[in-house]
Formats: sequence, C-alpha cells, structure tokens
Amino acid sequence: MAQAVGTISQRTPATTEGAQRMPPRPVFLPPADIYETNVAIVVMAEMPGVGPDGVDITLERRVLTIRGHSAANEHTGYQRVYNEYADGDYERVFTLSEAIDRDKIEATLRDGVLHLVLPKAEPARARKIELKTL
Amino acid sequence: MLSDFPRLGLDPFAELRRMQSEMNRLFGGFTAATAREFPPINILLGENSVVVTAELAGVTADDVNLNLQEDVLTLGGKREPKIQQENVNWQRRERAYGAFSRAIQLPFRVDPDKVQARFDNGILEVELERLEADRPKRIQIRGA
Repeated sequence: MAQAVGTISQRTPATTEGAQRMPPRPVFLPPADIYETNVAIVVMAEMPGVGPDGVDITLERRVLTIRGHSAANEHTGYQRVYNEYADGDYERVFTLSEAIDRDKIEATLRDGVLHLVLPKAEPARARKIELKTL
Repeated sequence: MLSDFPRLGLDPFAELRRMQSEMNRLFGGFTAATAREFPPINILLGENSVVVTAELAGVTADDVNLNLQEDVLTLGGKREPKIQQENVNWQRRERAYGAFSRAIQLPFRVDPDKVQARFDNGILEVELERLEADRPKRIQIRGA
C-alpha cells in the first residue's frame, strides 16, 4: 500500500550534457521493508551512519518523505585506501494509499535502521461484519 | 574524429550521444549495485594503524564475529528479520537477510591485543594497530 516515487537516482546524480555535476554529498535511496497489518503500515528503512538527530520525516497528505543525514565521520591523520561505500545522505518518498492517523505515528532509530509505524485512520480499518441470525 | 555536422549548425548525433550517456548512467549504477559484496567496507590507513569500517544496518554487536589471524581480519555474522508479528502483508522487501562473511587482508601485521571495535548507528568500526616488530625502523649509518 505504499509506492515508491522514483525521483531519486540510486547512485549517481543526473548529468547534464558532457559534464558531471556533483552535489556536495551523494544522496542514496535507502532500501526498505514495508509490511501492513490490520491496524498499521510499518516501514523499515536502512540508513547506516544516521544518528537520531539526522532524521527528518514528513507526511504531507499521502506523501511520506524520509530523509537521513549521516554525520560526517572524519578520521584525521588517516588516508582512505579502499572504498566500497560512500558517506552520504538518504532520501526516499512513498505515496501511501490509505489514510494515516498522523497523531499516532511512531518512529524509532536503532542500529542504523529507521522503524516507522503508521497507524491507519479509524474508517480505513477492516471491520468484521457479524451475520445476524434471523 | 570530428564530424562535419556542427559546422552546418546541425548535429544529428548529439541526441544519440545523449542517449548513450544516459544508458551508461542507468546501467552503470545497476551493475555496481549487484556486484556489491555484503557488508561493504572502507579501509583507512594511518601511520601505524588501520581502520576498517563496514555498513551493517540492523545488526547488533552480538550478531557479529570478528576474528584476526596474522594479517587477515574476518568479519562474519548474520542478520535476522526482527518481526514479532506473524500474519502480515508484505508490500516491499528490499533488505537482505542471512549469514555473511568477509575476509579482509590488512596491509601489515597487527597487534591482536590492541584491537578496538565499536558499533555506531549501524556502522562497525575496527581499529587495529601495527605490530611493534613490524614497524619500519630507521637505521643509523655510522661513520668509518
């Protein structure tokens, strides 16, 4: 029930003709697990290196935006000799198909994984309808 | 080779070149992502120490095994999904789970007693110091 809006490139920024324009820091698309229960939608997004004060979550109408800013981890006196990942920021946008009770959203960050619980608004919850016996 | 077309104010290959660079951009990123080993690591070299960092989101210190043998550091462990609830409806599963192991060849032999490892926001950082006997020594030249 949550769709990713594909506006952000995974690794490289958009290029203009001939020249590569580099932003100050790369922006990554955090991999996410999303599941739905009867009462809530749960999003888990991986943002290694991001601390609790580096997270910015906004929900505007049905558009959920997750941003993470990883703290620059500078090692003075050290030289980078081998790189498989780059420090950068994270950004991802989802469109939710159901109304969310925005006062009860819970967000926790543990071990670099953002855990977001989005409770569904009351009318959207599935109700079991009992059959009346005549 | 330069084409004559730009002189005429028209370059029919400009669009082709643009498409080619766009394709390279799209698929370049794709192959880089699939060829990645888990966990991705960075190595930083100091004067007499080396720092190995690894991106391990969602892994706790108890799930990681670090082993050092001579100058090879082995980083192993497993990542398990932490979901208590059964009976859920998955919308998207992009995160990888399971066991992982990587062996890292260090640039020099290290002192096994001076290894520091810490976990911070899903990033594992291991600092290893070069073995005293392995450090370069300056040799004095005596006059005759």
